[in-house]
Amino acid sequence: MANISDFTLTKLVAGIKKKDFTSQEVTESFINSSEKSKKLNTYITKCFEKAISAAKNFDKKKNYKGLLAGIPIAVKDLFCTKNVNTTAGSKILHNFVPTYESTVTNNLWSEGSFLLGKLNCDEFAMGSSNETSFFGNVTNPFGDKLVPGGSSGGSASAVAANLTPATIGTDTGGSIRQPASFTGIVGLKPTYGRCSRWGIVAFASSLDQAGPMTKNVEDCALLLQAMSGYDSKDSTSVDTKVDNYSSKLTEKVKGLKIGIPKEYRVENMPNEIDKLWKRGIDYLKDAGAVIKNISLPHTKYALPAYYIVAPAEASSNLARYDGVKYGHRSKGNNLFEMYENTRSEGFGDEVKRRILIGTYVLSSGYYDAYYLKAQKVRQLIKNDFDKAFNDIDAILTPSTPSAAFKMGDKKDDPVSMYLNDIFTVPINLAGLPAISVPAGYDKNNLPLGLQLIGKAFDEQTILNLSLAIEKRANFKRKFKVWWS
Amino acid sequence: MSIDKDTVKHIAKLARISLDEKKINSLSKDLSSIMEFIEKLNELNTEKTVPLTSIINASLRSRKDEMSDEKIRDQILKNSPEKNEEFFVVPKVIE
Amino acid sequence: MAGKKFDYFIKGEKGNWEVIIGLEVHAQVLSKSKLFSSSPTKFGAEPNSQVSLVDSAFPGMLPVINQFCIEQSVKTGLGLKAKINLKSVFDRKNYFYADLPQGYQISQYKNPIVGEGEVILDMPYGTRKICIERLHLEQDAGKSIHDMDPDNTFVDLNRSGVALMEIVSKPDLRSPDEVNAYIRKLRSIMRYLGTCDGNMQEGSLRADVNVSVRKVGEKKFGTRCEIKNVNSIKFMQMAIEYEAKRQVELLEDNKQIDQETRLYDTKKNTTRSMRSKEDAHDYRYFPDPDLLPLNLKQSLIDKLKKELPELPDEKKERFIKEHNLSSYEANILVSEKEISNYYEEVIKGCDKKLASNWITGELFAVLNKKNLSITQSPVSAKNLSALIKMIASGKISGKIAKDVFEKMQDHDRDPQQIVEKEGLTQQSDPKELEKIISQVLSKNKDKVIQYKSGKEKLFGYFVGEVMKVSKGKANPPLVNEILKVKLK
Repeated sequence: MANISDFTLTKLVAGIKKKDFTSQEVTESFINSSEKSKKLNTYITKCFEKAISAAKNFDKKKNYKGLLAGIPIAVKDLFCTKNVNTTAGSKILHNFVPTYESTVTNNLWSEGSFLLGKLNCDEFAMGSSNETSFFGNVTNPFGDKLVPGGSSGGSASAVAANLTPATIGTDTGGSIRQPASFTGIVGLKPTYGRCSRWGIVAFASSLDQAGPMTKNVEDCALLLQAMSGYDSKDSTSVDTKVDNYSSKLTEKVKGLKIGIPKEYRVENMPNEIDKLWKRGIDYLKDAGAVIKNISLPHTKYALPAYYIVAPAEASSNLARYDGVKYGHRSKGNNLFEMYENTRSEGFGDEVKRRILIGTYVLSSGYYDAYYLKAQKVRQLIKNDFDKAFNDIDAILTPSTPSAAFKMGDKKDDPVSMYLNDIFTVPINLAGLPAISVPAGYDKNNLPLGLQLIGKAFDEQTILNLSLAIEKRANFKRKFKVWWS
Repeated sequence: MSIDKDTVKHIAKLARISLDEKKINSLSKDLSSIMEFIEKLNELNTEKTVPLTSIINASLRSRKDEMSDEKIRDQILKNSPEKNEEFFVVPKVIE
Repeated sequence: MAGKKFDYFIKGEKGNWEVIIGLEVHAQVLSKSKLFSSSPTKFGAEPNSQVSLVDSAFPGMLPVINQFCIEQSVKTGLGLKAKINLKSVFDRKNYFYADLPQGYQISQYKNPIVGEGEVILDMPYGTRKICIERLHLEQDAGKSIHDMDPDNTFVDLNRSGVALMEIVSKPDLRSPDEVNAYIRKLRSIMRYLGTCDGNMQEGSLRADVNVSVRKVGEKKFGTRCEIKNVNSIKFMQMAIEYEAKRQVELLEDNKQIDQETRLYDTKKNTTRSMRSKEDAHDYRYFPDPDLLPLNLKQSLIDKLKKELPELPDEKKERFIKEHNLSSYEANILVSEKEISNYYEEVIKGCDKKLASNWITGELFAVLNKKNLSITQSPVSAKNLSALIKMIASGKISGKIAKDVFEKMQDHDRDPQQIVEKEGLTQQSDPKELEKIISQVLSKNKDKVIQYKSGKEKLFGYFVGEVMKVSKGKANPPLVNEILKVKLK
């Protein structure tokens, strides 16, 4: 008999409704697999007792109304969860217990699900390999020494290894899509403003978005529907109707025009990435889509622009971590010494690097040359997409320039780490929705993903297209369970 | 643009992060290489471009002038590393 | 009034120096809740009892702007005859301090909500127009309390996030007196508008002062210093004078002025340099990515303009033109909204000129003596109006009125009642007066003879005696008339 923890979210929701199994059975199954997977180090905080309690409660009340009725869900430790430790993967928040619940997680609980635990991530969502967390590295189920990607590394790993039915992560420069690609799962970054940012530990305010990370496209549509929606507490939240992504999900993509941007064919692009891309094009052709070559001329400037805007906003967003109101506080003979020691001890190296870069590019004399310039480039990148989308419905690119790499590989060179985000970052700058769907393997049998980029608030189209790819790619997550 | 040690010290001071000599050296190296990467933007002539002011094509929404009655002082102070019943407590500022 | 010349200069060894002053006034917006959060704004609440998660900058918290605060600042801009910017942007001003939980203040940098405007001052030497550079909205910080504990500072965030209007003047002020007039005028305008209560003791109105000096006749501005944290107009005036003299001394000594921020020491009456960190001024402003640009509709501006109450300058003009009051009187009556309200209430029932005299004269004398504001006046507008009506109709004499007025101060007694009860109605019957006058004259036959032979001063004596006999109720002009006739 198949393990309950192998089932997709959709199957689990249906199964609970049909009474094939109880919420408690489901919860116990995931707790079981999670307890056996400590080596992956996906959890920062486990909420197993509370989850069992919630499951039992659900089984008693039998309220099947919600989209996620009876489902335990672990979430990235960037979402503030009421009365549950929320750390953002950082020492500076290691003991922080919010008295409030983020809007997005609240949306999930309102649909009948409950918290299973808080998942590991790069510190303050800054990283592409989950190697910067105060709570240790996360390992990719596909290999002992392999990174799962980042910053939502714990999330990706947990879904891939069946430790949670699905999860939600955050994406600022690729932090959902890149780890999804590295672990062979589906990850979607919604349009900026689709999901509320209230209660999510902020990294870069104009780029952050919460999104679903799931085993397949069907699950992704369901979870996206549950978590999205307007929030008046977030001034950047957009008041536009949430589609019934789930029921409108279809493979029928005939006639849709798919753009292939030539600038994404980067120098020294690995052969297998190129091949995967071509296979993706073929899959979509097979589904009846029309392929068009397009140009996004400013693509190569996206990453440098991102590494100005994101750190700048982060340097300001992280100024509140000063040891006064919450979190870690170091000793100091006076206020400023206390600040300096607290932040020095509390923040890891990558966070420090980004805060310093951010401070520098905003500092007196440099604002115009860097920050303002980056915002201009951002406008140009957005214009590229807007122009292209006049004639097409979606854009297809690879998700990442490689498969998962070894831990420690990029430790010495921050810039080489940043290059991981080369395909994902432009989308955050333009505020568009994008999804990574697993589509193949590299020569070492490590998963590779394809990215679909959509028009603003047209998540439905990219979900449908990824379903078409998913059905044809027939990707199976194949790995040995080496960790239990 | 290389970021020398004095610049590192200066920005660290602005950002209120203390650094030892070793850290300053390694950061000088790291930040310089990041800045070199960022400087790629200089290839672009953006004189006539208007900078992005917001990704969302909308105006700032406002709320009514209604006050919430909730007194949540204990919640506010709960997580503070040092406090008393009424205040946050911090080491003195040297003025 | 006119004719007096401006004469505030610092007398240096080598000639006179002009003092150039610019003010940055911070005015707390009158609103129920804060600028970006819905916490209450009342003064004097228990520490940290008006603080929300947003105000204390918890992780994941986001700002949402208060529409009423926007309107209050537009109204203030309209009161300053200023340009309202339909598009404005909120920026983060980044610095670290215990009472700034976010590590930045949400303010407005390059695109403020209100642009250039003006404030007109009435000085003894003429009208002065002080130009306003801009007005912008920003968050107030919390309070750091340094003196409750020897080793620690206590932080109260009640004030953190309250809406402030920062009003920046151009460097058009030239003396401590002008600063006084400017602040009072600004305060008065905002109180008329109901956009700020201007209470300096409670901190709802504060100002930073920029001072520089230059030789009379020189066109270029000198280096300025900013004096912070002066919380009363009086101290501001003293600080300006000290600072101007300090700068003149340095310059005459051929030394340079360092552009810096200074603190005023109220005990020593000196300014001293803040032990400032030079980099403390790099605020690294950038547009707040948690907010969108603010776009105002012209229709909103028009609506607010229509709803504006009559402002002091307009009211003053109207009082002068339509009520025939002097500029001096009109100035006093409009200086505070409460005073003009009182006056306008009084004139509902009586003569305007008399009302003005009585308010600016008798009433103010009493208020000053008892240290009361007009809202605490022992005599209500309604009753003062009734009193003045009786004077105008001749029912009582001016002198009697003064006595009645004093009696009215006891629990705001009705003047008509007092006059009736004590029989103070003026005696204006010529027959009766003739009787009294004849009586007086016949009792003072010797003096009458003296008067008729040239001692004209005795006329006053006779009047006095008539008043005595009539217990002050005799109608003075009539008495004069009849006496004159009788003494021929």
